[in-house]
Amino acid sequence: MTAYLSIRNLTVTLTGGTPILRNVSLDVVAGQVHGLVGESGAGKSMIGKAVLGTLPRALTISTGEIWLDGVNILTLRASQRRQRIGAIAALIPQDPLTALNPSKRIGPQITRRLVDILGWSKQVATARALDLLAEVQIPDPVRVMRTYPHELSGGMRQRILIASAFAAEPKLIIADEPTTALDVTVQKQILRLISDMQTRHNTALLFVTHDLGVVSKVCDTLSVLYAGKVVEDARMYRFFMRPIHPYSAALLAATPTYTDPTGSLTPVPPKVIKAVEQEIQEHDMRARR
Amino acid sequence: MRDERGALKRPLGLRLWLSGSWLTLLFFAALFAPLIAPKDPLMQDLFLGRMPPFWVSGAEPGFWLGTDSLGRDVLSRIVYGARLTLIVAFVAGVLTCIIGATLGLIAGYYRGWADRLISRFVDIWMAFPPILFAILLIAVLGPGLFSIILAIIIIDWTRFARVIRAEAMSQGAMDYVASAQVAGRTKLDTMLSEILPNVLPTIIALLTLEMGIGVIVEAILSFVNLSISTDSPTWGGMISEGRTSIHQAWWVLVFPLITLFLTVLSFSQLGEGLKDRFDPVLR
Repeated sequence: MTAYLSIRNLTVTLTGGTPILRNVSLDVVAGQVHGLVGESGAGKSMIGKAVLGTLPRALTISTGEIWLDGVNILTLRASQRRQRIGAIAALIPQDPLTALNPSKRIGPQITRRLVDILGWSKQVATARALDLLAEVQIPDPVRVMRTYPHELSGGMRQRILIASAFAAEPKLIIADEPTTALDVTVQKQILRLISDMQTRHNTALLFVTHDLGVVSKVCDTLSVLYAGKVVEDARMYRFFMRPIHPYSAALLAATPTYTDPTGSLTPVPPKVIKAVEQEIQEHDMRARR
Repeated sequence: MRDERGALKRPLGLRLWLSGSWLTLLFFAALFAPLIAPKDPLMQDLFLGRMPPFWVSGAEPGFWLGTDSLGRDVLSRIVYGARLTLIVAFVAGVLTCIIGATLGLIAGYYRGWADRLISRFVDIWMAFPPILFAILLIAVLGPGLFSIILAIIIIDWTRFARVIRAEAMSQGAMDYVASAQVAGRTKLDTMLSEILPNVLPTIIALLTLEMGIGVIVEAILSFVNLSISTDSPTWGGMISEGRTSIHQAWWVLVFPLITLFLTVLSFSQLGEGLKDRFDPVLR
């Protein structure tokens, strides 16, 4: 069980000192899917961005380590870090509509990675891209390679992005809410596709989402995030049976169920929120000392 | 899934046709001016002064659009004037575009101190009254083709810088730029191969607009006699000369004015048409 991604005590702050991520640690192991759940604004996406080096300008990593396949990338020089990230990790972005360059054809957008990262020739890369498009069940890959993104539907584009993420056989893939921008029927297909591809390629997958239903379908382990702090780290089965942290339990209770469609939703009780916030304040106090 | 928009051959559109034809016509007129112009544009003949255009009674055969007060052929002068106008339009337009768009792209994509530096510089620059600035510049440098082009570049590069900066900024926030960076590509590479193709339609539209502006600035400068030597025919110079005899010979003013108007209009319409055609999202 090698961890392709290990984050240790990662703290990210806004310029001015407000922490966005507080002492985050987590591991993503080869062949497994690690879920990252939390409310919007909890910092889920920021973890992915910190790993991939695409944090917004206003945020800086103040302390911590990010180990990518045995190397702490935060100790590397910028150009080396970029190359290491490119060779080991890939991203499945949230919004398929803005994640493909509108002025380029699909083909070159996939093959570019292969030529850049693996140093393949154009022909080999094209053959590989065709295989991948077939693998993500795109009909008529030869024609799709020649189209522009605007000619394809959102679901098709997300399939292409998945193919493109797996193209260079990365050890780690970060999926940042990959189904949020899609409608429910397509969501299900895309989830199954990501899951299948991950199993087949034995990739470590960090799956960022706010949807506990999605987590239960694809993940092996998960971290629950609140205000940039990991409040619970658990294996899937245990988490859904016996959540330890009161916030996790409240989050689970807030999930609507199919068996009781008329039942009203349970919000996270204010008492629980207050308790978590207290916990975070104490953490910040300790960090300052 | 895929519709057949890509396979559809779209008609060129009236706008592109008309503006393109006019500019092509002008281009060839300028290129082959000695062959096309019926008369020598500089030849004076005081006996033939202020002859009306061909459809008015009293016209002199051979002088299609009449003559000015010195007996020079208006049509020939317009054809020769197109040379200077087009050279100024193309050279000044392209250079302004390259300088302004490069700075705008860097400011909009790299942000940080490069952006702060360029943006403040643009702000300061734009506080100068442009035409006054140009006139001052030419007064210092002395009139001439080079001075006109330099004046246009100095006045107008900020237009490109501002628009392209905004455009590059919005493109830079897109996920495909993040993906390119995750794939290990350098910032410069990302800027040139991901951002530039997407701001290119805007650059083209601005470029043609700028050529139109170049034509106007050149005309304004010849109007105040600060263009190249007073001998060689320019549209602005003709308008300025025609102004004094508008009641006796309206054609000396009106024909260069119409040519100027059509040219500037064509440049801006060509730009809009090309933008629509090459913008991958509108396509």
